[in-house]
Amino acid sequence: MTIWWFVLWSILKVLVVTVVLLTAVAYTVLLERKVVGRIQNRWGPSRVGPFGLLQPLVDGAKLFLKEDIVPTSVYKPLYLLAPVLALGCALISIAVVPFGNPEVAPQGFRIFQISDVNIGLLVVLGITSIGVYGIALAGWSSNNKYSLMGSLRSSAQLISYELALGLSLVGVVMLAGSLNLRVIVESQAAHGLLSWNIFGGFQFVAFFIYLMAAYAETNRAPFDLPEAESELTAGYHTEYSSMKFATFFMAEYANMITVSCVATLMFFGGWTSPLGNLIGPFQNQIINAILPIFWFVLKVFFFLFLYIWVRGTLPRFRYDQLMNFGWRYLLPLAILNIVGTSLWLALKQ
Amino acid sequence: MSIVRNIAAIAKGMSITFGEMLQPTTVENYPDGPGPLRGAKFEQRFRGAHVLQRDENGLEKCVACFLCAAACPSNCIYIEADENTAEKRISSSERYAKVYNIDYNRCIFCGYCVEACPTDAITHGHGFELATLNATNLIQRKEDMLVPVTALTAK
Repeated sequence: MTIWWFVLWSILKVLVVTVVLLTAVAYTVLLERKVVGRIQNRWGPSRVGPFGLLQPLVDGAKLFLKEDIVPTSVYKPLYLLAPVLALGCALISIAVVPFGNPEVAPQGFRIFQISDVNIGLLVVLGITSIGVYGIALAGWSSNNKYSLMGSLRSSAQLISYELALGLSLVGVVMLAGSLNLRVIVESQAAHGLLSWNIFGGFQFVAFFIYLMAAYAETNRAPFDLPEAESELTAGYHTEYSSMKFATFFMAEYANMITVSCVATLMFFGGWTSPLGNLIGPFQNQIINAILPIFWFVLKVFFFLFLYIWVRGTLPRFRYDQLMNFGWRYLLPLAILNIVGTSLWLALKQ
Repeated sequence: MSIVRNIAAIAKGMSITFGEMLQPTTVENYPDGPGPLRGAKFEQRFRGAHVLQRDENGLEKCVACFLCAAACPSNCIYIEADENTAEKRISSSERYAKVYNIDYNRCIFCGYCVEACPTDAITHGHGFELATLNATNLIQRKEDMLVPVTALTAK
């Protein structure tokens, strides 16, 4: 009997999280268009609904109804597989992210996390790495020189920056002594803001390394060389149209949200309140369940805003600058951070 | 030290973009703006839809000399001339334009017709909302472009 309850709960959680995530993806696109518009003293979308709030729905409908062109010279199996791979990996990695207080668990089922894996961080890193195949295969199977250039750049860039990304998180893992995302968050919960890894754990160098490497991982400005509109005419998705293009688009924004979630969990204390126990547990159980989610969403929103803000500010890197920066600055800094953190931990004992 | 300088430069750039975010927009808020033009603003020299002028007596300035039609590079002006008579006086000269059509399917708003006109009869107005779902609506007749007589008496 309990196994069926478990399956039912899991399916329900998966459905809710997927719907919320895809809605968040759609509205991140709107947020980006609005914020970038404000940065450039424009209005951004304003025609559909109040303040353009219905724009994502209309965009979605438009992309669904567009003509789906498959060029004759593509290698079809991989051409069709690539967007599925990209979006699939982007959506799967959200499964291990804890959104809220794990103590809220009616009948023993944690409702704010789809699955509590004890190597959660590794799962996120591994699955986002597989997502690279989506981009690489898309560029190769398109049989187009721009796409191939884009996917080559993307492969080289992602391999280079994945090292710095992984190493920057090692310090946090050492502090928490676990790869379980829930345990990592709970290790930062003691004194609110002061015990978050970025401040209390002295991981701010690691945080900035993570941030830059993650921007490169998600192909966002200023590291958007794989799709560089001005040089490669959209790079790896030049030959994709209609819903296949939209799939890549959704994958990019879903990856942004995943990266923001991981940054929140690793460095900004996940669902914990920045005020710590100053506003302690409330009598009302519903507020106790909702408030952590509020903090989590607020932090993720801040990171998404930062993504857009950086995109509106910085120009694109040149390719040799990108490689130099990754290998000669980020990677040694990340290793130094590990050495420093381990020394500090050893001296503290 | 170059690293510190670079970080300072990035911080400065980020602060500028954040400051611009709080500034008012500089673009026109065209269809939602106030006033009869709904937020659109024009420079004096803007070459919009054509307007046919009248002289101070309310007669049409156009004397059907065909210079505008000759100057038109896209050949979009069509004129049929007729003689003024004592009973029926339309313009101050010998002839007047019985038919004066501009085909906005073809017009490129180059302004050559305005330059060519010896009597300043054809001018560029500021009209710009010419879009239509039916291309036949884009052929404007003389009656569509003439300044109404009431506009003269109001001055």
